[in-house]
Amino acid sequence: MGYMTFIEHDGTRHKVEIEADKSLMQHAADNMVPGIDADCGGECACGTCHVIVDEAWYAKTGKINSSEQQMLEMTPEGAPTSRLACQIEITDALDGLVVHLPEFQM
Amino acid sequence: MKNSTSNSGQDQVCVIVGASHAAAQLATSLRQKGWAGAIRMISDEGRLPYQRPPLSKAFLAGETDADSLAIRPPAFYAKHQIECVSGKVTAINRREKTLTLADGNEQRYDKLALCTGTRVIRLPIQGKELAGVHDLRSLADVEGIRRDLPRTRRAVIIGGGYIGLETAASLRKQGIEVVVLERAERVFQRVTAPAVSAFYQRIHEEAGVVIHTDIAATAFEGEERVERVVCADGTSYPADMVIVGIGVTPNSELAEAAGLETNNGIVVDEYCQTKDRDIVAAGDCANQWDPHSGQWRRLESVPNAMEQAKTAAATLCGERSPQNSLPWFWSDQYDLKLQIAGLSQGYDQVVIRGNPDSGRSFAAFYFREGQLIAADCVNRSPEFMFAKKLLSQKTTPDPTRLADDTITVRNLMEEVTG
Repeated sequence: MGYMTFIEHDGTRHKVEIEADKSLMQHAADNMVPGIDADCGGECACGTCHVIVDEAWYAKTGKINSSEQQMLEMTPEGAPTSRLACQIEITDALDGLVVHLPEFQM
Repeated sequence: MKNSTSNSGQDQVCVIVGASHAAAQLATSLRQKGWAGAIRMISDEGRLPYQRPPLSKAFLAGETDADSLAIRPPAFYAKHQIECVSGKVTAINRREKTLTLADGNEQRYDKLALCTGTRVIRLPIQGKELAGVHDLRSLADVEGIRRDLPRTRRAVIIGGGYIGLETAASLRKQGIEVVVLERAERVFQRVTAPAVSAFYQRIHEEAGVVIHTDIAATAFEGEERVERVVCADGTSYPADMVIVGIGVTPNSELAEAAGLETNNGIVVDEYCQTKDRDIVAAGDCANQWDPHSGQWRRLESVPNAMEQAKTAAATLCGERSPQNSLPWFWSDQYDLKLQIAGLSQGYDQVVIRGNPDSGRSFAAFYFREGQLIAADCVNRSPEFMFAKKLLSQKTTPDPTRLADDTITVRNLMEEVTG
């Protein structure tokens, strides 16, 4: 079974087990990772599940659609590898994934 | 007798009445904040907490199944020792700190969280018991609607608010003929400016929905199943199915009977506390004092339920962190994503960005006495994020610049934030 890691802004690490076919946001919520509360339930409506993907993994997290892109453009603390966690579908290919959490969600 | 000195509260029991968004978040937040005692969530719905927003959208449209609506997987509750109990609470006995359940059992509590939500308002008219007449609030309601879909060619929806129009869009997607009957003079009258109402009326009419406003249903008629809706003006509309979406009312009777203050919901302060310091309330049932606006607020929204749940959990854990989150809402209809920041009630000026008379994307900014108070953004996520930022910083942009759609949001942001 694979694992992935969330790193909080203060450096706290959360290693969680990968469950295929669940979004990155759902992984955070199901494992009580602080800072990702999934306010809209994954509808790409709130922009409160912003993560910054580790550069080495960014290309493997899939394509960004225009809706997500628009939300991200206005997100504070935005970075070149920013994503919304609700839009990343986790597969076994993402075993080892590392994402960083911003200090604040919008 | 209380003894919390030796075991950091492991013998304490927090009971949560209800099992929807607020309850699920409250239980989660209690554990995140280190609540060591028992957490018992009591609900008479017979299901683990599930997402309600998709009920009128993807779930009604048949694009998702019931299992995928779960807010957390079943294993989550076991892992974090959150007990989900089936039962109906019939009384709160504050002196003894117990709850009475409908089966006669008693449940003790040290801390109590009321997340009792709302229930739908029923039209007090003839024929409301006929088969084929549905409410839309719970998963069970929508499962009932879905069972009736194969025999439905024509549906009448009573109410042109969010539930009514989201339902209209979901049914149209499935080829059903839809008539919406709205009592007010325009759809969304309670929550938006006329330009936004007109936009949504146009979009729905282009999709083939027939909308009548200024009209009151007076009876549902049929043999065993509903066959038509009769209105006060003498018109009638054939229907194989009727969905009533005219609003909800808070479930505050339990609190009221226990001597807690209620007024359009369970009255709580900015810490989500009732006047009983061991009892909090969160979600659609709570009417909260907002010291910033100097207004009472009872909001029917998932984000508000989640924010109040976090505040309430903090309060129960002995923290004092007042709620000061910005209200926001969303609604999906067809390809349109409506995102709303702030509360527009009481506005005296509306600034429109983009053209609501054609196309499928624009934003309406609401001002009161020169201050930005809210924004409705249709397929305009940058404007929504911009509005959220402005509202939380209490900054107001220049209305003339805002109305100029050739200036990008990024530029507007730079002008405001410098």
